[in-house]
Amino acid sequence: MRVQLAAQPIETPAHRRAPSALVQDLAVVFVLWRRDLLRFLRQPSRIVGALGQPIIFWGVIGSGMAASFKMPGSSVGYLEYFFPGVILMVVVFASIFATVSVIEDRHAGFLLPVLVAPGSRGALVLGRCLGAATVALLQAALFVLLAPWAGFSLARVDWPLLVASLSLISLSLTALGFAIAWWLDNLQAYHAIQMTLLLPLWIVSGAMFPASNRSPAFQALLRYNPIGYAVGAAREALYGGALPPALASSVPAGAGASLALLAAFTLACLGAAVAVCVRKR
Amino acid sequence: MTSPILDRDSPLPLLSAQELRHAYGDREVLAGLSFSIERGEVFGFLGPNGAGKTTTFHVLTGLLSPQQGTFALDGVPVRLGDRRLRSRLGVVFQAQSLDLKLTARENLLLGAALYAIPRRVAAPRAERLLAQAELADRADEPVSRFSGGMRRRLELARALVHEPEILVLDEPTAGLDEAAFQRTWRTLEGLVRETGLTVLVTTHRPEEAERCGRLLVLSHGKAVACDTVDALRRRLSGDVISLELSAERDLEADARLLRERFRLEPRLSDRTLSVELTAGHEWIPRLVEAFPEGALRSVGLRRPSLADVFLKLTGRELERDEPAIAKKKKEAA
Repeated sequence: MRVQLAAQPIETPAHRRAPSALVQDLAVVFVLWRRDLLRFLRQPSRIVGALGQPIIFWGVIGSGMAASFKMPGSSVGYLEYFFPGVILMVVVFASIFATVSVIEDRHAGFLLPVLVAPGSRGALVLGRCLGAATVALLQAALFVLLAPWAGFSLARVDWPLLVASLSLISLSLTALGFAIAWWLDNLQAYHAIQMTLLLPLWIVSGAMFPASNRSPAFQALLRYNPIGYAVGAAREALYGGALPPALASSVPAGAGASLALLAAFTLACLGAAVAVCVRKR
Repeated sequence: MTSPILDRDSPLPLLSAQELRHAYGDREVLAGLSFSIERGEVFGFLGPNGAGKTTTFHVLTGLLSPQQGTFALDGVPVRLGDRRLRSRLGVVFQAQSLDLKLTARENLLLGAALYAIPRRVAAPRAERLLAQAELADRADEPVSRFSGGMRRRLELARALVHEPEILVLDEPTAGLDEAAFQRTWRTLEGLVRETGLTVLVTTHRPEEAERCGRLLVLSHGKAVACDTVDALRRRLSGDVISLELSAERDLEADARLLRERFRLEPRLSDRTLSVELTAGHEWIPRLVEAFPEGALRSVGLRRPSLADVFLKLTGRELERDEPAIAKKKKEAA
């Protein structure tokens, strides 16, 4: 049997001509993003959980630590200090759990139709990550609305900085989660890795307590910790872009540098996720 | 579906593959498979599990790139998994692949959106497909509440929502009852007739293979035959007589008897010897008399089925049908 070849390409009738690659990719990104959102909004338990857990965390740990916490030379209370940290906790956990659905989808078969559709693997990764990141942001947004109880004024918040830093960290963590999830394809292993990787990173990010100048190891951990930059930027945003002097040393970098580093980290994570997704089916 | 396929009279095959090879480690699953598919035909890949059907399906749908082989679409070489090819395929998976949390309509619209079909085009199409699948009254219910049969119908509807030219189905009726099987095939045959759709099916069920126009008989990753169902059947002469022997008989010895006394070439399977011959009705008394009383549990005369053809071509049996296995398991339990 020979493969017969046409002398010249056959003209495809106009009404059957496929949309361009870009249009197809954007379609896939949009579909997957919208699907994550639909599924989130359809499960009230997830919305309640998204708000309940951080409130308990913030209230219980926050008041327990409040008595022993004292920022030298300032009146910043612990509930106030801890608040941006808890926002980041919401984002970290939401990113982990949102990406779990990558494994679920693979096992439930939902990803098969996406893989045989004309969109690229890159579009699949971006769609899933944007969807998961958006869900994480929505959960964080619910908690941010409680800022006045922590002593912040919603009117003073630097919203573009807050949204930018939270968007970047959630997008990068979901991309990282995607890469790990796609690689492992195993729910238990995924949780184990994410918990041993991300939870300690969150704890030493300056979210729970400021980095001490006396511990160079801790300073180093903070410098190489993407969550640290996100906590720092979020903290700065809640103070309207101007940190109280006592907190200046608790952030690893200024807002601009933090955003730039987070953006670079996000691109690296997305690149890793696409690479894993292309190589492994 | 409304839009007919325009290139129906083109002399070139719609899709052709040559020398597809793929191995997992040293296990070769595709061993130089070639085929050529014409517009508007129902083309079946028939073989038991392990013959390379699923790999062929994965290759066709772009889920797997074979290590070797060339591929042409409308006579133009394409890379496997090329967007141009993927956008013209509709795919029905054997495994469940719907989003159970979304409604039937949402699943269809989502399927259309994956192919960048604008909503205003997709919405009326989804409506029509839901009606055809007799799911119109349940369109806004989450799919998790649907029965297995309803889900299969929705899977097929979703594969059609972007009006593909080629529909690829992996074991489309595995696990379905007779009524659902007949219904699925009536739908597919209607689509082929009305829209010129090309249908590619992988199957191990002889009764499903009967519904195909042409069949590629697959064994060990290679095509052992590729022809119309009738032509394949003509490779067996006349009739098949099957002799089911009682448990205490030595099958090998009985086969020898048939060979030596009647110069027949019996094929063995389970407790049954089958022979292929002409004028079977004249043979039956002679064969029955050759065995002592009680040796035969049943004697059957029939036209050769595709299962017989497969056995003759490959020396292997097509796998038993799933309901039969399920039934056996139940009895054992």
